[in-house]
Amino acid sequence: MKQVPDPDTPPSAFHVDESANRVVPPPGTPPVVNGFDLNATEAALLLKDAAGGTDVEITIIAVGSEFVMDVVKRPLSMGADELVLVDDPALENLDAFATARVLAKTIEAQGPFDVVLCGRQASDWDNGHVPLVLSELLGFPCISFARNIKVTDSGVRVERSLTDGYQVVDSPLPAVITVTNELGEPRYPTLRGIMAATRKTPTTLSLNDIGVTDGDVAASLELTRLFVPESERRVEIIGGDDEVDAGRQLALRLREENLI
Amino acid sequence: MSTLLVIAELTGRDLTESTGELVAAAQSVATDGDEIVVAVVSDDPSAAAVSAAGLGGDRVITVQHEALADMGVGGFEAPVATITAISNALSPSVILFSKSDFGTNVGPRVAVRVGGGFAQDCIGLRPGSDGRIAVTRPVYGGNALAEYAFTGDRVQVLTVRQNIFESTSGDTRSPIESLDAPAGVGEIRARLVETVAEESKGVRLEDADIVISGGRGLGGPEPFERLQALADTLGGALGASRAACDAGWIDHSHQVGLTGKSVSPNVYITFGISGASQHMAGCSGSRVIVAVNKDADANIFKDARFGVVGDWEKVFEGFQAAVEDLAVS
Ligand SMILES: Cc1cc2nc3c(=O)[nH]c(=O)nc-3n(C[C@H](O)[C@H](O)[C@H](O)COP(=O)(O)OP(=O)(O)OC[C@H]3O[C@@H](n4cnc5c(N)ncnc54)[C@H](O)[C@@H]3O)c2cc1C
Ligand SMILES: Nc1ncnc2c1ncn2[C@@H]1O[C@H](COP(=O)(O)O)[C@@H](O)[C@H]1O
Repeated sequence: MKQVPDPDTPPSAFHVDESANRVVPPPGTPPVVNGFDLNATEAALLLKDAAGGTDVEITIIAVGSEFVMDVVKRPLSMGADELVLVDDPALENLDAFATARVLAKTIEAQGPFDVVLCGRQASDWDNGHVPLVLSELLGFPCISFARNIKVTDSGVRVERSLTDGYQVVDSPLPAVITVTNELGEPRYPTLRGIMAATRKTPTTLSLNDIGVTDGDVAASLELTRLFVPESERRVEIIGGDDEVDAGRQLALRLREENLI
Repeated sequence: MSTLLVIAELTGRDLTESTGELVAAAQSVATDGDEIVVAVVSDDPSAAAVSAAGLGGDRVITVQHEALADMGVGGFEAPVATITAISNALSPSVILFSKSDFGTNVGPRVAVRVGGGFAQDCIGLRPGSDGRIAVTRPVYGGNALAEYAFTGDRVQVLTVRQNIFESTSGDTRSPIESLDAPAGVGEIRARLVETVAEESKGVRLEDADIVISGGRGLGGPEPFERLQALADTLGGALGASRAACDAGWIDHSHQVGLTGKSVSPNVYITFGISGASQHMAGCSGSRVIVAVNKDADANIFKDARFGVVGDWEKVFEGFQAAVEDLAVS
């Protein structure tokens, strides 16, 4: 699970500090749990529900810095069992490969786990490849874009979303599975869940604790420039006697331009 | 002299348009003496290899193995192993994949295996310093653009967004060679059981000249039937925002955007869509965007060429009536 700036920030409030190549969140806007990671949490909870709620333990792992406790505890309040925060100032702007290396070491230190669930992509850098890199480092198969996961005798059966339809894939465990929004809305925390989460203390680890070296967090991609592109488009607002007429005028205007 | 390796994209056993776009992307950063090699991996690469030979690259390499059927969809283990082997044989400086289901799944894993770096969803490539390349990619849902350089001398692996580069063709045919599949390529853990295709009726969204698209502002499933009817009249296709799909009003196969489909029609007409950057990422290739939204401050008006501020239902009524009049006249 990744803590990210709120992706619903309207473009007019979206600012970049070009001298530091970083995004400056609007004042007073707290970060959120990456949306797809809540879908991944939901997927884990569904697996736990399917197993009758017992014998399944859900650990949430987040790598980063400056965690906001109310934010990162959300999966706990949804029903996850444990939260592990790898919290280190050095982790503020890791690239995807370095993130995957830290995640792999954490998983090896905290595991073994049967299933590693990730979101399909993080809404800050839109990389969508931490889970795939992670699967290679762990030596697990990786099934992406899951919209449904069932445990079978030999592993898991996953329905993975395509842009036109879906595929059914069987995989042995352990495996890395990335989850998409088509899995369904993440459940809302219940009052009991929120109370339970308040009482839980996350396990906080430093890079030292899990044996991460400088080489592990070295960048393979260097961000050289970050900027907001200029838009030169000018909108022509079309009116009319009333809204119905404006719709008619719009159609005529588009016909004039040979667009319809 | 360095080698740029283009990984061909197939549907079934046929080469797709995006392979030519990848060759164009490779040409945009190739310098004199560089070699562009197109790799075709399939259970039967022969026909696709012939098409690939006409794209203007220097060489085509094929690898054939039954585990590469449909490009190894499912767990993608066979193509990961195969492309790693091709890379080890050629030592390319750059490996280009398409930003497709295949490229996004295979590219990062190959990058790990060849000790490379990986950049996702590139929309611009240019020569960087020391004979390396620099790439541009949209980040933060398309709110910002980021430029990256690969560090060290690692293999530069990337996916290229579709419909950005103009597909190439060559005057001559490049030679075709075959390589053996690596040992163990058939030892697959994750297996495809079946593919269930969603039948799109009428024009494909990706191919449509006119797209009518609806969002959360439509308020329910029924309006999408009306939008579909209008799209049918205009010979266009129906799109939707993720909010509308997530609400269950319309199937996700209609979703346009960063995590949905990319469309590039002549005209993209939206009703009740706010214009979040993640939505616009899928339609910014449209020639003209039209916005109908009751909120004059909605972001969509910043990207639109024409707009009406008003209730979608009333505007739609007048729009549809006029379209029908135009059709008879
Ligand atoms: C990583 C990530 C990936 C994403 N990928 C996608 C994607 O692929 N595609 C996508 O679409 N979104 C995507 N999103 C979601 C995106 O950020 C927005 O939340 C979504 O596009 C909003 O959909 P909308 O415009 O329909 O709804 P809203 O933002 O709620 O907008 C509804 C609009 O309708 C207008 N309206 C309301 N009533 C009326 C009326 N009666 N008449 C006229 N107008 C009316 C309102 O003024 C408003 O502007 C993604 C988000 C993330 C974080
Ligand atoms: N810093 C992180 N901590 C924990 N999980 C992460 C982190 N970064 C990425 N992930 C996981 O990998 C997924 C894809 O992220 P990305 O490849 O960065 O787009 C996310 O949805 C998370 O599940």
